[in-house]
Amino acid sequence: MNASTVQKAPPKKRRKIASLDKKKARAGWFFVMPFVLGFIIIYLPVIIDSIKYSFNEIKILPGGGYALEFVGFENYQKALFEDPSFVRTLTGGIQQLIFDIPAIVIFSLFMAVLLNQNMFGRAAFRAIFFVPVILSTGLIDQIDQSNVLLSYMGETTSGIDTGTGRDTVTEIVSVADLSRLFRNMQVGRELLDYVANYVNQIYNIINRSGVQMLIFLAGLQSISPSIYESCSIDGATAWETFWKITFPMISPMILANTIYTVIDSFTSQSNAVMNYISQVYNEAGGQVVSSAMSWMYFLLVLLIIAVVVAVLSAYIFYQRRDV
Amino acid sequence: MSATKVETGPKVLKESKNKIRVEFDRTSKWTRFKIKYLSWSFVGQVIFKVFRLILLLGISYVILLPFFSKISSSFMAREDFVDVTVKLIPKNPTLDTYKAIIRENKYFTALFNTFVLSFGCALIQTLICSAVGYGFAKYKFKGSKLLFALVIFTMVVPHETLQLSLFMKFRYFDIYGLFNLLGGGLIPGLRVTNFTSINLNNSFWPLFLLSFGGLGFKNGMYILVMRQFFRGVPDELEESAYIDGSGVIRTFFQIILPLSVPMMITIFLFSFSWQWTDNFYTEIFFTTTGATLMPDIIKVPKQLDTNYAAQNLYVSAIRNTCGLLIIAPLVVVYLFCQRYLVEGIERSGIVG
Repeated sequence: MNASTVQKAPPKKRRKIASLDKKKARAGWFFVMPFVLGFIIIYLPVIIDSIKYSFNEIKILPGGGYALEFVGFENYQKALFEDPSFVRTLTGGIQQLIFDIPAIVIFSLFMAVLLNQNMFGRAAFRAIFFVPVILSTGLIDQIDQSNVLLSYMGETTSGIDTGTGRDTVTEIVSVADLSRLFRNMQVGRELLDYVANYVNQIYNIINRSGVQMLIFLAGLQSISPSIYESCSIDGATAWETFWKITFPMISPMILANTIYTVIDSFTSQSNAVMNYISQVYNEAGGQVVSSAMSWMYFLLVLLIIAVVVAVLSAYIFYQRRDV
Repeated sequence: MSATKVETGPKVLKESKNKIRVEFDRTSKWTRFKIKYLSWSFVGQVIFKVFRLILLLGISYVILLPFFSKISSSFMAREDFVDVTVKLIPKNPTLDTYKAIIRENKYFTALFNTFVLSFGCALIQTLICSAVGYGFAKYKFKGSKLLFALVIFTMVVPHETLQLSLFMKFRYFDIYGLFNLLGGGLIPGLRVTNFTSINLNNSFWPLFLLSFGGLGFKNGMYILVMRQFFRGVPDELEESAYIDGSGVIRTFFQIILPLSVPMMITIFLFSFSWQWTDNFYTEIFFTTTGATLMPDIIKVPKQLDTNYAAQNLYVSAIRNTCGLLIIAPLVVVYLFCQRYLVEGIERSGIVG
């Protein structure tokens, strides 16, 4: 009798723990339920349909409803080989994306470091820098793309503003001037082009680095001031402090921001490839081809993200939380 | 004794019950001034500060100039665009552009409709994303990691890729053939309802349903932010609530939600303003007829004659004025709430 009670006790105990776990799991499912339902009812069919459409020809029936006709890889072939400018737009877009990432990430890190310092009017500057995130999206972006007003206004200000960043007439700096300046410094022409290009696109870059700046600011503020204090006691200069303390501590943010930038710029509506895809979407019979195009683009961007993560994560410093 | 004390100690200038002023041997004011202000490090600091200020002012100028140019051109009369000497300050200030847009493009109807749509979407998205984020942050259950990966997946796939299928989904709305079955589409004998699918387009339902599912614009990001925020909330709060006999749901609504109001305001503002200026979803779901929304007011009113010299500039100015009218309510919101937007993400601890 004694032996049996001893034997019975452990399962009872185990069941109690399991039921608490179950309770917690049930509560977890309860909170996550909206997303699960939404995913199963709306998102999954939409994703599957989208892939399906890219392999089909679509016909809207006159009495309502639509019919699909399986055509295999024809849409992909159409996009890659028959479409006159898709491949060109795609490679151009990917190139632009790869060049944009460092510019945006470096700019936003730089601005975040500046805005993190104590100074006069810091709150006002932060508010101004965040304006594009709220006000230059969607419709306003769309209007800006066909905006001739800014370049016109810019004429009096002797070419300081390039407006939408697509104007080549009013450049801030020209490559010719730069190369004259750096003639003796043995800097490659490509680098000069790159820098000049980005100085001229500064408006574009500022517009797209608002959220990244915020994430960097949050990261900078989470670095403990005592580290900086001990650094200054040891006599480190500001330059050394930045590279030895700030940069390693912020490096996880750099990875996060890089990924955010890739996703943001390839889902944004000012993206050339996306614009081209929507243009194809609006053509007659172009919907399925545009599906095929966007899936190819998506896979390419996924590849870029994978490469970026693989390269960057080797250099990231994670501070041990428990110290 | 007292004489020696005076010689060694500092000279007492004034002494009262609990205050004493003494004189130290200090270096002269001029020397202190020289050391503090006439050194290279001070000059360097000043140069750095001036440079920083100029840089920040310059970038602020680049950000704000488009808005200034839009505002000034919206007050210009048609003659001003022909006149080359007029740049930023209009010579013949007029409100005609505004009047024409408001009257002909049904601005107030669009304002009301967009407000209902944006407010509804933002409210639903805030609540849903908070709940989902809370579920991911505080409960470990089987498959939670997979589900979270799916959240990231919805964030990464651009909705442009799903353009056609989103349109089709809500044009012929059906839940895995359920409506088709009930409507007799599969088995002709079984006919409960008289429709096989519902056309939800040209109504607010597609966007509301997407919001309910946590699938709206950038909702993945909101869920991520809320999850990081709730992770920073100590578990002891909920545990003490449970001990006091509060259930899971009650704890969420009475303890957790009031705590996270500032964070939710941030999410709400993001969601509201992005839905407000959205043109992607409205273009998909509002194809031909239906409610007048913000994208519909971007057109040149007939009342304003644009067939004239400087046509491009004038049309552009009119379109920009439409843009200004669209963002005007947002600017007001931003002025009052930018504190929440800028500090919200910092506070969320998205970093940790």
